[in-house]
Amino acid sequence: MKYLDEYRDPIKVKTLLREIESAVTKNWVIMEICGGQTHAFLHNGLDAMLPPQIELVHGPGCPVCVTPLEQIDRALAIASHPDVIFTSYGDMLRVPGSSKDLFAVRAQGGDVRIVYSPLEAVQIAEANPDKQVVFFAIGFETTAPANAMAVLQAKNKNIKNFSVLVSHVRVPPAMEAILGSKTNRVQGFLAAGHVCAVMGFHEYPPIAEKYRVPIVVTGFEPIDLLNGLLAAVKQLESGQAVAENQYQRAVKFEGNESAQRTIRSVFQSTDRKWRGIGVIPQSGWGLSPEFQEFDAERRFDVENIFTQESSLCIAGEILQGLKKPPQCPAFGKQCTQQSPLGAPMVSAEGACAAYYRYHREAIYG
Amino acid sequence: MCLGIPGKIAEIYEKDSLKMAKVDFGGIAKEACLAYTPEAEVGQYALIHVGFAISLMDEEEAQETLKLIQEMVDLEDEIPR
Repeated sequence: MKYLDEYRDPIKVKTLLREIESAVTKNWVIMEICGGQTHAFLHNGLDAMLPPQIELVHGPGCPVCVTPLEQIDRALAIASHPDVIFTSYGDMLRVPGSSKDLFAVRAQGGDVRIVYSPLEAVQIAEANPDKQVVFFAIGFETTAPANAMAVLQAKNKNIKNFSVLVSHVRVPPAMEAILGSKTNRVQGFLAAGHVCAVMGFHEYPPIAEKYRVPIVVTGFEPIDLLNGLLAAVKQLESGQAVAENQYQRAVKFEGNESAQRTIRSVFQSTDRKWRGIGVIPQSGWGLSPEFQEFDAERRFDVENIFTQESSLCIAGEILQGLKKPPQCPAFGKQCTQQSPLGAPMVSAEGACAAYYRYHREAIYG
Repeated sequence: MCLGIPGKIAEIYEKDSLKMAKVDFGGIAKEACLAYTPEAEVGQYALIHVGFAISLMDEEEAQETLKLIQEMVDLEDEIPR
């Protein structure tokens, strides 16, 4: 397919690998923020072809992974209501809550449906006026425009039986939390290309400057990933620390301003709890006051559900790039893709799932 | 979840007062909302994510990136290894 296949050309991949090899003289720790990029690196075997001086650490950019357990428990409580149709992106259904997952709710008779676009959830609400339709609005800046539009549509069409369980998180505050931590090892970032397609990258130059880290906006195909990595290595080797764009075909500095306007009209900045990391101030979005009537947490009175996370799962350290999945004692043992303990093993973007799928030697030796 | 895929806009129409499109992903057609890329035209490629076009693909920039890397490849070929 156009804009994909030409970025998978093995000759260009090999050249870029050699360019990286000749550019690197010291050891560098570089984090790819987005879990989609983690999977793309491992799926294509690129991590194994990089020079040994480069250590890739995997970032928190997996919305399913960072959604805290209590938010899953709130979703389970809502989805268990007999008059509720609970709608969600497919990834969330297998994420374990304290006692079960959304699939289990469905097996027990709950009406839990996977939607591709949040607009489908609004249509389901319109078609089922006697039911309460709730959409699990999770994600980073990439899903926010779609989720915001669903709320806006419900308001414009005066659909009263629609609400959203919001768990939106943002990338820049997470980067700052990682960089500001005493245990931080990250020296350079590959910024998530599709987050930047929406938000642009005007938030990144101040971070690059403050923490002296290169930040390179990077795409998802092998050539994109290596091109981003090459740019980061060149900056590190020459002592530069700026925000630059290596995903020009999809990302503009200012991003998609129309999407940003809609996000700002529906959501407002709020503190968010991240799984295994804790509360990061002003790190996400919640519904703004004009849209409170669509808040499922209030409608179903689940605001006071709080949950302790499993002590066995080291998701927090994984998501901050402090540990790799095979360093978790439960990895491949108590925690597998068939029976996951934590969200990073469930999601198609989770680092544990990527290692479980593509690095089987990590399990079997 | 952030895996946007570029697709070709095959048809543009309006639904529930939103600009929508039928988008072709190499033979698979899906509906996407163009509310955030109102300038989109039939034949253009858009990056589609959870049913929304979040940016239009920039053909010039795409070619430029490939050209720069091709230059690296050509340069390598000239240097005896």
